[in-house]
Amino acid sequence: MLRTIKDSLISQFATLWKVFMHAFDRTDTVEYPDVQPPMFSRWRGRIILSRDPDGEERCVACNLCAVACPVDCISLQKTEDEEGRWYPEYFRINFSRCIMCGFCEEACPTHAIQLTPDFEMAEYVRQDMVWEKEDLLISGTGKYHDYNFYRIAGKKIGGKDKGEARHEAPPVDVRSLLP
Amino acid sequence: MQWQVGSGLSIGAILFTVIVVAAMLIWVERRLLGLWQERLGPNRVGPLGLLQVVADMIKIFTKEDWVPPFADRFSFLLAPPIIMIVVLMSFAVIPFAPGVGVIDSDIGVLFVLAMASLGAYSVMLGGLSSNNKYALLGSLRAAAQMVSYEVFMGISLLGVVALAGSFNLREIVMAQSELWYIVPQFLGFIIFMIAGVAESHRLPFDIPEAEQEIVAGYHTEYSGMKFGMFFVGEYLGVLLVSSLIVVLFFGGWLGPAFLPPIVWFALKTSFFVGFFILLRAAIPRPRYDQLMRYGWIFLLPLSLLNLLLTGAVILWKQGGGL
Repeated sequence: MLRTIKDSLISQFATLWKVFMHAFDRTDTVEYPDVQPPMFSRWRGRIILSRDPDGEERCVACNLCAVACPVDCISLQKTEDEEGRWYPEYFRINFSRCIMCGFCEEACPTHAIQLTPDFEMAEYVRQDMVWEKEDLLISGTGKYHDYNFYRIAGKKIGGKDKGEARHEAPPVDVRSLLP
Repeated sequence: MQWQVGSGLSIGAILFTVIVVAAMLIWVERRLLGLWQERLGPNRVGPLGLLQVVADMIKIFTKEDWVPPFADRFSFLLAPPIIMIVVLMSFAVIPFAPGVGVIDSDIGVLFVLAMASLGAYSVMLGGLSSNNKYALLGSLRAAAQMVSYEVFMGISLLGVVALAGSFNLREIVMAQSELWYIVPQFLGFIIFMIAGVAESHRLPFDIPEAEQEIVAGYHTEYSGMKFGMFFVGEYLGVLLVSSLIVVLFFGGWLGPAFLPPIVWFALKTSFFVGFFILLRAAIPRPRYDQLMRYGWIFLLPLSLLNLLLTGAVILWKQGGGL
C-alpha cells in the first residue's frame, strides 16, 4: 500500500517535471506561410509537362498516363504534326481529382509528365482546378536534362530517318543478305 | 473614491478584471500547452496572438444559438448561466488585497464551498436537459465525481479554519503573517489542490467532459454563447481555485514590501494557474470509478487524519495538557 502510494507519487511528479522541461526544447512548428517548409526534390506535388532539350513538347500522347491514373483525372487527345511527330491536341489534368500518386510519371515512356515539389494549389473556383496543356507545360526539361525521345526512338520523323537515332544500327537491307 | 471593501470601485474592478483574465486564460492555456508540446499555439491575431480571444468571442457571438427541439427548454437555458453566476459569486468573498474585495464575510469558506456545490447543478442540469446520450453520460459522471470530491474538499479546509480560528478569508490571510499555512497544512494543501482540480472539471479530472470518450460530455448540445458561458465558467473556476489556494495556504496578498499586495496576489495566483495548465499537459485522465475509489478510500481518511492531527497540535500548543 505505502509502496504503491510512493511509486505513484514519484511517477506523477516525474511526469510533471518531464513535461515542464519540454518548455526549454525547440519548437517543431514551421510557420508555413511566413517560412517555406523544406521540400524534397522527389516530393510528389503539382504535375507538369516538360520539354525536351530542343524545346519541343516531350509528350507523345500515348495515353499511358491516363490509363495508369487511378482516379481518371488525366484527359488527352492525340494528334500529329506534318513531320510525323505525335503530340497531344489537348492535355487536361483535373487537380481536384488528382491524388498525387505519381503513377502517371512512372507510366510515361518519354519523361514528359513529372511531379514537382510545389503543393500550393488552392483555388477559389472549382473549375480553376482543371489545368490545360498551356498551364501544365514548362519551358525546361524537368528532372531529365539530356533525354530526347525522338533522338533515341526508332520512329521516323521529318529530318530523321530510320537508323539515324542515337546508338541505332541502320536498318537491315534484307536483299543484301542474299548469297 | 477609495479602495474599500464593498465600494463600487472595488466591485467594478474585480468583476471586470476577473472576467477579462478568465477570457485571456483561453489564450494563456493554448500558448502554454503549445510550449510544453513543442508547438507554438495561437500567435497570428494581434501581437503574440493576444487578440485570439477577441476573434474567439466574435465567432462565439455570431454563431447560431440553437436549442435542440428534443431538449427540455427551460433547464437547458438555465444551466449555462448558473456556472457563470455561481463562480462569480464565489469571487465576492475572495480577499484580493487590503481594501480590495466585494464583501468581508464571516462565513467566507462556507460560502465558497456552498457555491461550489451549486455549480454542480449547472453541469448536471445541462447534461440531463440536453436529452442526448453523451450529455447524459457526462452529467452522470459529473454527479459521481461531485459526491466523491465535495466531502474531502470541505474537510481538507477545516485544518486551515481551525488554525486561523475563523471562517473569514480575510482573517485567514492575516493569520498567515507569521507563517504561510502551506507549512503546517501541507497535507491539507495537497488534498485541496486535488479537490480543486476536480471542482473546476479540469484535466486530469475532466471526467464529465472527457472529449476523447463522450464527445464533449454535458455540453455536447450547446452552441454559441451558451457554450461560451460553460467555457468561460471553466476558466473562471480555474482562477477561483487558484486564488483560493493562494488565500488559504500561500498567505494571499502577503509578501515582501517591494511589491504592492495586489501584485503579490496576482503573481501567486498566476503561478497556480500555470500549474493547472501543466497538470492538463502532463497527467492522463482516470476512470470515474477510479476517482470515486481514490476519493472515498484514500483522500477522505487522509483529510480526516489531517484534521485530527491539526486539532491535536492546536490543543497541545494551548497547553491544555493531556
